Amino acid sequence: MSKIGLIIKREYVTRVRKRSFIVMSVLGPILFASLMVVPALIAMSEDQEVKRIAIVDSSHLFMNIIPETKYLKFDYLHNARLNDIKETYSAGGYYGVLYISHIVASEPNSVIFYSDKQPNLATKMHISKAMENYIRDQKLKTYEIENLDNILKSVRTRINIRTIKITETGREKESHTGVAMAVGYAGGFLIYMFIFFFGAQLMRGVIEEKVNRIVEIIISSVKPFQLMMGKIIGIAMVGLTQFLIWIVTTFVLVSLATAVLFPELNMTPTQQVISQDIMSSGPVEENPQAPSEEMDELLGFLSNLKEINFALTLGSFIFYFLGGYLLYGALFASIGAAVDNETDTQQFMLPLTIPLILALLVLINTINNPDSSLSFWFSIIPFTSPIVMMGRLPFGVQNWEVGLSMALLIITFIGMTWLAAKIYRTGILMYGKKTSYKEIAKWIRHS
Amino acid sequence: MEIFKAEKVVKKFINTLALDQVSISVPKGSIYGLLGPNGAGKTTLIRIINQITAPDQGSLLFNGDKLRPEDIYRIGYLPEERGLYKKMKVGEQALYLAQLKGLSKKEAMSRLKLWFGKFEILDWWNKKIEELSKGMQQKVQFIVTVLHEPELLIFDEPFSGFDPINADMMKKEILALREKGSTIIFSTHNMGSVEELCDHITLIDKGRTLIEGDIKDIRDQYRSDTYEVGFQGEHDKLGKALNNHYQLLETSSEGDLLNAKIKLLHHTTENELLSLLIPAVHIISFNEVYPSMNEIFIRVVKDN
Repeated sequence: MSKIGLIIKREYVTRVRKRSFIVMSVLGPILFASLMVVPALIAMSEDQEVKRIAIVDSSHLFMNIIPETKYLKFDYLHNARLNDIKETYSAGGYYGVLYISHIVASEPNSVIFYSDKQPNLATKMHISKAMENYIRDQKLKTYEIENLDNILKSVRTRINIRTIKITETGREKESHTGVAMAVGYAGGFLIYMFIFFFGAQLMRGVIEEKVNRIVEIIISSVKPFQLMMGKIIGIAMVGLTQFLIWIVTTFVLVSLATAVLFPELNMTPTQQVISQDIMSSGPVEENPQAPSEEMDELLGFLSNLKEINFALTLGSFIFYFLGGYLLYGALFASIGAAVDNETDTQQFMLPLTIPLILALLVLINTINNPDSSLSFWFSIIPFTSPIVMMGRLPFGVQNWEVGLSMALLIITFIGMTWLAAKIYRTGILMYGKKTSYKEIAKWIRHS
Repeated sequence: MEIFKAEKVVKKFINTLALDQVSISVPKGSIYGLLGPNGAGKTTLIRIINQITAPDQGSLLFNGDKLRPEDIYRIGYLPEERGLYKKMKVGEQALYLAQLKGLSKKEAMSRLKLWFGKFEILDWWNKKIEELSKGMQQKVQFIVTVLHEPELLIFDEPFSGFDPINADMMKKEILALREKGSTIIFSTHNMGSVEELCDHITLIDKGRTLIEGDIKDIRDQYRSDTYEVGFQGEHDKLGKALNNHYQLLETSSEGDLLNAKIKLLHHTTENELLSLLIPAVHIISFNEVYPSMNEIFIRVVKDN
């Protein structure tokens, strides 16, 4: 085995066997999966408890008009007085009281919901929509139109806006803004995290070799450059391994979680397509068991997730992760070589931290506005491109831009590594003296 | 035949001239002492031999040919600042370092087992380095240095950190390696070990060579024509026997055995001295006093 291979192997094996690696591999996916599942769970959880609502209807119009759902039940209290029921609804097992005044048809603010809890938007929408539809229908009926019921059924419409992006080649491509934002942000943020996390590991590894004084033994067998590159590549492979473990287990966990927690979502794709395609023409069945709009959205999100070009996104993620890590990794390694202990690294970390944090800030802007000139330039400049370009990619980026960004990243990586190797070579054999920027500049000039 | 030769090596660092026209030639099979006070440039010279740093000027020859990168496989180096990966297991680490020196895994394994057995440390194989004492770590380090059976071994302050028992063990191992044909460069400022082990030395200070050569020649060069006489009788009688061609440096006594150190002046000989002493006292021993390396070292460094 070549020597650089031996170094890579040692870096890889000792790190992958570490307890922290195993812990991270297990915790990471749980964290990611819960980030994806928990918000959905929270959104759904309120609907999972059955809410019984008492209705005091002074208008006597809405008897059995508001449809019940799996989680919403309504009781019409005929001879109850509002003030009495307001005191006793809780004891009677009701979630709240819906009061409808007799002037409801003319005065929009005449419906009041009393409860000690805040009803969610879906509940309010459900009630108001049903009442609006009913009043509208009743008002229409006063015009005595023939065959009104059928007309009403056929005009009832649901709208789902699908966005279709026309690409340069003229091909129409369905785009999913929300999903693109999520994927772009997640990708960029992961790269940001990985660069910092594995960059710091690399730096600590170099300091460790220096502090343990093993470095001189090693560089009497291999060139300092080989040692540095071996470490950089070895840790990159650790990062990739961790990432793959995360991807696979997150995928498994999310699939498991959705299967267990949201069995409703396990619809076949054809059913989904049908539910999306019921547009304009056919009447919608008034089916209280049909998925709520929220459900639809979640379904749409998950199905859109499937439609994002994962191979391409994953491929460019790996490229930008490696490119970004290699670019910064060499610099992290040279910082490790320049200092005697970790506390001294602070002053040298700043020039690396600033572009990374800047990139993260631009990333947030980018997912809202992927084609702005700010996003464009930051996705071309090599020090920020790995993070910012990840934010742009899911929205579709022209090939030449990606090509330019990648080429610049590679060129800068080579340049930085060359520079870092000079610092590294001198630094690893320097002990005791606190290093300054001036000193490092001398090392670069003289080696 | 020299195994290693450096000619007029110059190495500048940013603000200092670390080596100024330093030349050494290390005869094959010798134990070569590289001496000098701290900061003299010893470590820089050693790093140049190991190709860790490159000289600015000068030529380096290994076995008569220009020093090549592959030659590091034929050199073993134990640096002064030495350590191992603390969290790594002893056996694994030794295997790794041996493979870096070009041994195959299988070969490294069988040689390591042999050495570990010899030092009776086989049961450390799966221990982490941080669990070992400093002396134990040094043993592992020594094994790793010599495992690839290099032709040239370089030890930088090898005995620092060893207790006397282990230091003695190392000394024996170094001598055994020489018997097997290795050449040893030995950097130190511990003059006791130099006298005991080295047959050639070079003394450098502030980047310049002060003395170089066979240790016997050097001592001859610095001999001071002083003789130590052991005798029975009286100090006064001895003193009176000497004329102004001799200088009585010091006297001492141990029971009824007396001692005197006498320096010959004006090209007189030891025989002439003896002929003066024999009638005066009863002579028991008569030796030339050689300057110790320590004395030479201090004298030469001070004179510079």
